Amino acid sequence: MKNTFKIAMALVVMLTTSVFTASAQGYDIGDIATDFKLNNIDGTEVSMADYGDAKGFIIVFTCNTCPYAVAYEDRIEALNKKYEDKGYPVIAIMPNNTDVKPGDSMEAMKARAKAKGFTFPYLMDEGQKIYPQYGATKTPHVYILERTTKGHEVKYIGAIDDNYQDASAVTETYAEDAVDALLSGNEVPEKKTRAIGCSIKV
Amino acid sequence: MKLKIITLVLLFFYFGNVTAQVNPSEEKMKIATVKDLKVLNFNELESYLKSKDDNKTYVVNFWATWCAPCVKELPYFEDLNSNYSSKNVEVILVSLDFPKQIETKLKSFLEKRHLKSEVIVLNDVDSNTWIPKVDKNWSGAIPATIIYNSNKTTFYERSFNYEELENELKQFIK
Repeated sequence: MKNTFKIAMALVVMLTTSVFTASAQGYDIGDIATDFKLNNIDGTEVSMADYGDAKGFIIVFTCNTCPYAVAYEDRIEALNKKYEDKGYPVIAIMPNNTDVKPGDSMEAMKARAKAKGFTFPYLMDEGQKIYPQYGATKTPHVYILERTTKGHEVKYIGAIDDNYQDASAVTETYAEDAVDALLSGNEVPEKKTRAIGCSIKV
Repeated sequence: MKLKIITLVLLFFYFGNVTAQVNPSEEKMKIATVKDLKVLNFNELESYLKSKDDNKTYVVNFWATWCAPCVKELPYFEDLNSNYSSKNVEVILVSLDFPKQIETKLKSFLEKRHLKSEVIVLNDVDSNTWIPKVDKNWSGAIPATIIYNSNKTTFYERSFNYEELENELKQFIK
């Protein structure tokens, strides 16, 4: 009897785990993305709801410690400079477990943002609850959202461009192309792209 | 007691000499090997892998020196390579280190670690094109591993310990 109970419990655990794994896939194009309320490097809390006049958002999961993320720092800043005033601000979210990556602590994030002169919020995904909902797997990982009557609709998932090594040798500006398309009311030309990145540290 | 001390002293001299004598030549050998590091784009890597013996099972791991979980699992891939080489298994370590760090970082790393598995550098910025060719579900995060032989291919976007890696490999070899 005891054993049957144990087996039943084990089955329940297995089933719940598999269901959880399946739902941890994250968003696809057309899904409505969750808002968040996360701590920013300036001590405030930031939500998408705070941006009254935004048309959408460039959400970038990024960090201090990944060389690919570092290679894109200036380009993330350039995206914000170019699109904030047009209604598509950048919001950067740091998804790593800071016990595993102390170089991504709030203090380190503040220092990095100051050194690089980030003009966008750089938020800590404390408790690592937001990135799994989005389905981010690596840094950097970009989600471009459009504000619609249904909510923040996912319009683009993937890379910033096609050359992590050399910004001057980029031939495809995927993220810019997506925002430009949204601003002019067109379909995003390439909705999903892939690039190498550092796995998110749990 | 005296004997113990003498033994210790002798041992010290013995090993001291061994290190002094063997290391420089070994170091030179390794440097020579590392000089031959293949740096390929994805098409070249694909044709190189296709040119290899199809009777073998290949374990191809995508890694980089800057990727902490990759570096952590490298010894398991090394162990797998040596423990299963007699069973027609070959491990290939595909480094995604930045080209400008091949000389400054990757080569010294390889010299220090004395890796026995073959190391190839993949230098191809157009990852949006080649990542789906490795596996359509790969998001691009590393570490990532693909195990394949002529019958079967499985892709893993995850980290491994030795037991997990060995269990996966066992499904490929009979």
